[in-house]
Amino acid sequence: MTSKNSKVIELEQVVIRFAGDSGDGMQLTGSLFSDSTAFAGNDFATFPDYPSEIRAPQGTVSGVSGFQIHFGQKTVHTSGDLADVLIAMNPASLKANMRWVKEGATIILDSDAFVEKGFEKAGYKSDPTLDGSLDGFKVIKSPVTTLTKEAVKHLDLDMKTTLKTKNMFALGIVMYMFNRDIELINKYYEKKFKANPLVVDANKAVLAAGFNYADTLEIFVNTYKVEPAPLEKGKYRNITGNVATAWGFIAAAERSGRPLFLGSYPITPATEILQELTNHKNLSIKAFQAEDEIAGIVSAIGASYTGALAITTTSGPGLSLKSEAIGLAVMTELPLVIVDVQRGGPSTGLPTKSEQSDLLQALFGRNGEAPVIILAAKSSADCFYSAFEASKLSLEHMTPVILLTDGSLANGSEVFKIPRVADLPAIVPPLAEANDPDYKPYRRDPERLSRKWAIPGTPGLRHRVGGLEKEDGSGNVSHDPLNHQKMTFLREEKVQRVANYIPEQTIFGSEDAELLVVSWGGTYGVMLTVVEKMQEQGKSVALAHFKHIMPLPKNTEELLGRHKNIVVCEINNGQFVKYLRMNFPQFKYQQYNKIQGLPFMVAELETKFNELLNQ
Amino acid sequence: MENQIIETEIIQLTKEDFSSDQMVKWCPGCGDHAILHSVENVFPNLGIRKEDFVVVSGIGCSSRFPYYMNTYGVHSIHGRAAALATGVKLANPKLSVWMITGDGDCMAIGGNHFIHTIRRNIDINILLFNNKIYGLTKGQYSPTTPKGHKTKTSPQGTYERPFNPGELVIGAQGNFFARVLDTNPKGMTAVFMEAAKHKGTSLVEIMQNCVIFFNKAHELITSRETRDDNQLQIEHGKPLIFGKEKNKGIILKGTRLEVVTIGENGVTEADLLVHDQYEKDPGVHMMIARMMPPEFPVALGVIRSVAAETFEQSMMDSIAYEKEHSSIKTVDEMLNSGGTWTIE
Ligand code: SF4
Repeated sequence: MTSKNSKVIELEQVVIRFAGDSGDGMQLTGSLFSDSTAFAGNDFATFPDYPSEIRAPQGTVSGVSGFQIHFGQKTVHTSGDLADVLIAMNPASLKANMRWVKEGATIILDSDAFVEKGFEKAGYKSDPTLDGSLDGFKVIKSPVTTLTKEAVKHLDLDMKTTLKTKNMFALGIVMYMFNRDIELINKYYEKKFKANPLVVDANKAVLAAGFNYADTLEIFVNTYKVEPAPLEKGKYRNITGNVATAWGFIAAAERSGRPLFLGSYPITPATEILQELTNHKNLSIKAFQAEDEIAGIVSAIGASYTGALAITTTSGPGLSLKSEAIGLAVMTELPLVIVDVQRGGPSTGLPTKSEQSDLLQALFGRNGEAPVIILAAKSSADCFYSAFEASKLSLEHMTPVILLTDGSLANGSEVFKIPRVADLPAIVPPLAEANDPDYKPYRRDPERLSRKWAIPGTPGLRHRVGGLEKEDGSGNVSHDPLNHQKMTFLREEKVQRVANYIPEQTIFGSEDAELLVVSWGGTYGVMLTVVEKMQEQGKSVALAHFKHIMPLPKNTEELLGRHKNIVVCEINNGQFVKYLRMNFPQFKYQQYNKIQGLPFMVAELETKFNELLNQ
Repeated sequence: MENQIIETEIIQLTKEDFSSDQMVKWCPGCGDHAILHSVENVFPNLGIRKEDFVVVSGIGCSSRFPYYMNTYGVHSIHGRAAALATGVKLANPKLSVWMITGDGDCMAIGGNHFIHTIRRNIDINILLFNNKIYGLTKGQYSPTTPKGHKTKTSPQGTYERPFNPGELVIGAQGNFFARVLDTNPKGMTAVFMEAAKHKGTSLVEIMQNCVIFFNKAHELITSRETRDDNQLQIEHGKPLIFGKEKNKGIILKGTRLEVVTIGENGVTEADLLVHDQYEKDPGVHMMIARMMPPEFPVALGVIRSVAAETFEQSMMDSIAYEKEHSSIKTVDEMLNSGGTWTIE
């Protein structure tokens, strides 16, 4: 079934935001629309906006759940700034989302919910659809609830089940608006609720009713179409950052031949990694939900000693709790990957909001001289490759790695080209051989400075490790002053030498661009969008986006040295810029920081960069 | 992707196979020496290959133990040995995992890991050296220091009620609890053997003497003069009898235990409580573990030993089940599962 009555206009890209009460099923609505977007061949990225309360009072602003999708016929780097279309199932979701819609955007409302009780609960003084608040927008008021009830009348459902399907009415309208085929969604219901034909019939009926309502009542002057994006040939899927992270580790376990062990404790927004890995016992993955953050990491260290690819996953406050144990992994020179899905801090901070404010903690937050490798994933799909690379570096260099992702990447999703495991780089951990007469726990590889990994159960390699300082070579406990200095240098040098095994820093744009924009980690999408846009306008701007934080790529100094005008942009109070100032004090850095629990917007960055260009 | 244990014939090992070349640095006269000797006597006789032992510890005097055993070993951080041992055992359930800990390490800073490890019933053997004091930091009170005892941080005597490890173990649904004295090598060897054979978390409380910071902490139970009236060697299937004359015993009266004298008030040996270490119901075990002077003698030996499913067995069973029943058998299949689409 496709739409027929209105004129079709082609668009390059669109941002749609679905918003409703927590119980309105907006996440499902959004994800079904995403499936249809994938089917249409567009590139896209999504972001869910959950309420922080689990069961906030119905109809209030704090109970609003949203889902945003950005899709286009060109490559899409972010889930989008402001929405072209807002679907608001009640007054609270309108209120909560008005700041996220573009001027002149289309707003689709359930007019049945805009009664006095509804807009009072949302904190409106008067009906926003009547008092002029929505002037300048294309407002489509549809009696969604009434028409939903009408559509399923023949099925004789109870009221609760009936109301649960009204999200499909809204989806039907949007499907019509974008010339999408609703058959795909019908198939989803047929498959998912095979055992419950009544649910299938109800949802299909309401979806069709929404679609036909938009068609027959001609509520849109035009409908829209976004042509397929020129994606590379291959097989694709939609993936969230947390799932991509989990899968990256699974792939690394496969490529290294080491069993995967996760020790973790639930914490927002990292919990889905634990959940995802728990669901892959079929691939022999051992995911252990520990009694606390400390047991999470320490059990992982035990598993690492025993020969596993061992990981622990957490968010900022959990990273604080794990500090002492990270030191143990540094001292015992065992492989271990610590994932920190960053959120707003300090303390409990803003658990559901994203931030990049754990960088300094990752770099320096341990007692003693305790260097670790640090990587920062740059997009949801890149979490897969970052987790893979973190595992490879940790296993091959026998030292812990902190992988920084963040709440936006973790919950956001984007299109992911499915790799073949055999095409991923090989991972070769330095395993000690059984009965090796020359085995010594702290004898090092001359290039990498890594020690050998001797796994319990292997004959002829019994040895002890621990948190006390070790004598180089023998690994015996040593309090010798010169040995301590030597070992401190060795641990530092081992991490620094990783620079020989990571790619050089690239720059997007011209090497002699007037303004060099520097960023790191999860902001890649928005940075690239802005810089690309400004370059198209002929502006002399280039982007250096860092993924390798510790050590920095070897050419970092040279690259920064080519630019007089450098601006470092971060979702924190200036942590990476501090680190650059510490390492390369000879350069002058400007900074742009946002600490509102919100992502960068294209417009604000553009304004800032133009300002810097005109200085 | 499992760790392969290369099957070789088990050859009879000796004590020498496990003694390390490291100098043992505990104070002369410290109870730890005797415990080390007993463990060295037990390991060769368990039918386990020497490379399949892993000895794990936290921090404290006792936690130096792994360095003195020629096995695989990890000396970890304060309080965390149970978590580390958990990781070792889950990563490779075929290993024989031993955890060495002290009263502070185990029940103060490590209290959380301790109770949860026991609750999960992971098959590790915990040897708890209870000297009722902090030794390595030189004499502060611990969670088992008797109330009122003066230490460097309790100059007027502690105000805290001490933990009884047995109560914690049984309270946390533990299935194996035994208590021994560091002065009784034969007793230690026998109990360690039983602990090793028990499937699931086993906890042995060793009443260990710190000669420097709390000498004679267990004097009442260990000294020639007082021990007979203050300790009771329990044995499965035998009545609870103690005393110099072997004429005192324990009876279960109503809902509590009571000390009686055989021959007095018509009490005969047949009236005494008979120890059943295999009884699933923890009620009587809890009462026996709680017995303390002056009202009662301290029970020594295996108090509780109940078979139950271990955590790692359940985990491995569930992995085996999923491997058989999941339609996704490879990583590539996982990557390609669910909603995908192809661009030609
Ligand atoms: S301080 Fe006490 S427990 Fe520590 S080694 Fe000396 S005697 Fe033993």
